[in-house]
Amino acid sequence: MKVKVRYFALFREQAGMESESVDWQGGTAAELFQEMAARHATLMPEAAALVAINDEMAGWETTLDEGDEILFFPPVAGG
Amino acid sequence: MSFKVSATAIDAVAARQAVADNSCGALVVFEGWIRDHNEGQAVERLEYEVYRPLAEKEGAVIIAEAIERFGISHAMCIHREGLLELSDIAVIVCVSSPHRGEAFEACRYIIDEVKSRLPIWKKEHYLSGISEWVNCEHCAAAGHSHGHSSEHQ
Repeated sequence: MKVKVRYFALFREQAGMESESVDWQGGTAAELFQEMAARHATLMPEAAALVAINDEMAGWETTLDEGDEILFFPPVAGG
Repeated sequence: MSFKVSATAIDAVAARQAVADNSCGALVVFEGWIRDHNEGQAVERLEYEVYRPLAEKEGAVIIAEAIERFGISHAMCIHREGLLELSDIAVIVCVSSPHRGEAFEACRYIIDEVKSRLPIWKKEHYLSGISEWVNCEHCAAAGHSHGHSSEHQ
């Protein structure tokens, strides 16, 4: 199934892109992150990161649907 | 709007006026400033990246939580994005309430939640010419809860 992945801040620099369309076998947000980390070989462990799906904060165990937009956030540092 | 992201300088006087209320006897303001050093490095300027759609939504939730939890009268927060210079205001929180106790607590709650929950990232540009994204991984590893030296206080 196809999903869209967006990277922010450090992740964007590590992945070398802002976003990509990914065709994969399906699964949870954590599984997609691991897949992308393997492809880009540089993303940090998901325990240190946050995930949002279609502009809502989400849990790593959320199962993804066709067409979802998955946002991978590196550790935040506002203020 | 109780939570805003601004690409231009924060007007601290206008922010205070936004929570003005004759029934309130207390105003607590927190300003986060751009400091000239972090972890032994001389900081020249700083860059904030904000994912606005979610930051604004979640920021409004934090303000609503503070009002509900502490019973304060008004609260607002503005966070900058873009390139900031030394002494610029990076973030401001203003809280007003009839008495000071709940205003102090709510102000602390809002800034702590903003720092840990909103999709905002900070890149420090050092005098040495190097720049890097700041994150809290190393402070967690160092075993202190949130005494991160990049906090502006």
